[in-house]
Amino acid sequence: ISFFTGCRSLSQLAELPETHQILRQTCRDYADRELSPIAARLDKEHVYPAKQIQELGAMGVMAMEVPEELGGAGMDYLAYSLAMEEISRGCASTGVVVSVNNSLYIGPILKFGTEEQKKQWIQPFTTGEKVGCFALSEPGNGSDAGAASTTAHQEGDEWVVNGTKAWITNSWDASAAIVFATTDKTLKHKGISAFLVPMPHPGLSLGKKEDKLGIRASSTANIILEDCRIPLGYMLGPRGSGFKIAMQTLDSGRIGIAAQALGIAQASLECAADYAHRRTAFGAPIGKLQAIQFKLADMAVAIEGARLLTWKAALLRDSKKAFTKEAAMAKLAASEAATFCSHQAIQVLGGMGYVTDMPAERHYRDARITEIYEGTSEIQRLVIAGQLLKEYQL
Amino acid sequence: LSCKVLSSVVTPCYCFVSPQIRVKPDNTGVVTDGVKHSMNPFCEIAVEEAVKLKEKKLIKEVVAVSCGPQQSQETIRTALAMGADRGIHVDVSGKDYENLGPLQVSKILAALAKQEDAQLILLGKQAIDDDCNQTGQMTAALLDWPQGTFASEVSLEGDKINLVREIDGGLEHIKINTPAVITADLRLNTPRYATLPNIMKAKKKKIVTVKPADLGVDVTSRLEVLKVEEPPQRQAGMKVETVEDLVVKLKEAGRV
Repeated sequence: ISFFTGCRSLSQLAELPETHQILRQTCRDYADRELSPIAARLDKEHVYPAKQIQELGAMGVMAMEVPEELGGAGMDYLAYSLAMEEISRGCASTGVVVSVNNSLYIGPILKFGTEEQKKQWIQPFTTGEKVGCFALSEPGNGSDAGAASTTAHQEGDEWVVNGTKAWITNSWDASAAIVFATTDKTLKHKGISAFLVPMPHPGLSLGKKEDKLGIRASSTANIILEDCRIPLGYMLGPRGSGFKIAMQTLDSGRIGIAAQALGIAQASLECAADYAHRRTAFGAPIGKLQAIQFKLADMAVAIEGARLLTWKAALLRDSKKAFTKEAAMAKLAASEAATFCSHQAIQVLGGMGYVTDMPAERHYRDARITEIYEGTSEIQRLVIAGQLLKEYQL
Repeated sequence: LSCKVLSSVVTPCYCFVSPQIRVKPDNTGVVTDGVKHSMNPFCEIAVEEAVKLKEKKLIKEVVAVSCGPQQSQETIRTALAMGADRGIHVDVSGKDYENLGPLQVSKILAALAKQEDAQLILLGKQAIDDDCNQTGQMTAALLDWPQGTFASEVSLEGDKINLVREIDGGLEHIKINTPAVITADLRLNTPRYATLPNIMKAKKKKIVTVKPADLGVDVTSRLEVLKVEEPPQRQAGMKVETVEDLVVKLKEAGRV
């Protein structure tokens, strides 16, 4: 439900609606008090923020778009973008856990699931007690999602799934996965179907937790399926619609990840600006030097531009308009802003930026993945160009 | 206790996000342009306590009150999102707002308490921008009600209230009659984060705007701020070799 009927475009949005302002402030307060103080430790010790995820669940943040009857907050994607940015500003790892649950797990079930599936697979996943994951990528294909080699064939009243999925966020902490497998290889990408798989489950095992550069408090691992048997009713959407489901899901997921990247970028800017006030060199705070000022200005412009793109994509989605191009633009702009801002933040901090005493180095490490997951920057460019060329009838 | 209405005051106070608090060039106050207003932390605790009492079905209704300009409505809305039932915004702006002090606010609260037939007023012990710690006490005096200030524990027993107060000497247990005024101290509770569904429900809750004059209150200040200045710059310390040296230096400085 959109809460500002009439405000359907960014140009009409002079100021965020009051509800959204309060939501943003509430998430910011939560991030400042509960996430920022522990983010460094979560990163260092690779600890999943279970307590915080439950607290966020209690607030409604783990199921923002889900209608209240199913236990969600019943809010729109603009609200989701705001919440994602604020939470990621506090802790990027917590942000990705929230994003995957909202956009990649609950999202497709909300859109393509039966009423029964929604009750079974969404309702328990709104409180933060259980989280879901999205298993599309494989060791042999990431960007080339159509080449899925995980198979599912029918045996009586069961599907039998075989294959390996790679790079799955939340895998070690999830209670369910949406697994994409091909039910007919000859149909290529039109032969892929989506399946709901509970975790743990016989025939499903997890690979080792990846030791990552950043977002270390969230778990990433392979999911291995060996004769994993699930009831026929666990297929999500019509047979052969898996690729379409994945692509549409990622469109929305990109808005969430764009917001996560914004949070990281914003945290970097604040870190750098704060340091520029305090650190003196050549007799004055370094914020007085043009070299530093230009960096801060460039960071601010990059963030503001990416933020407006993110809000635009969210608004288009909320108005039920096409938003594929804008979501790709937002994700591209925001992730590149995150890597740019975190890079420059370290530069502003100098030596201090290189040590763990300051959060700049963590932002740098956290930012890097945003240009890769949920569609690499290269894929985003292909998506944008594809839409553009259609518009120009080429 | 069939509490008719519980009036909880939410003081919008200046929340200084940046590390720099700057005195205005004319020394009449601190710079407030562009500084964020948010709910006073002790008032947040008071609202939380009120909502808790309502959840325990010990009181019927929580009314959130704020005195200030238009932006105060956002603070009230946050209280509604935490669980208050309705809000009253007492519109005070401009110079009147700059000069608004505890005495004026207490008069407003007293008038509202009578108008709403409230049985309990819950406020924060003090505002973190001016640290006055007077409003609760003055309100109780104006209404001739008992007061339980610096409360770290509140429990209702029939038509009386058991209260634990944090005082310099330790913890004081008192029992007061209702109607009463209670001011919240830090350890009374941990305020909840508003849930998203409640933030949306808050949109439909009513906030009524009134002017101090409607309540028969004159907000003219009885105080005149002569000067506001920064604390003196911290001086460098001094090291001494022995205790005897220390005593000599203290005597020289006229400290002993």
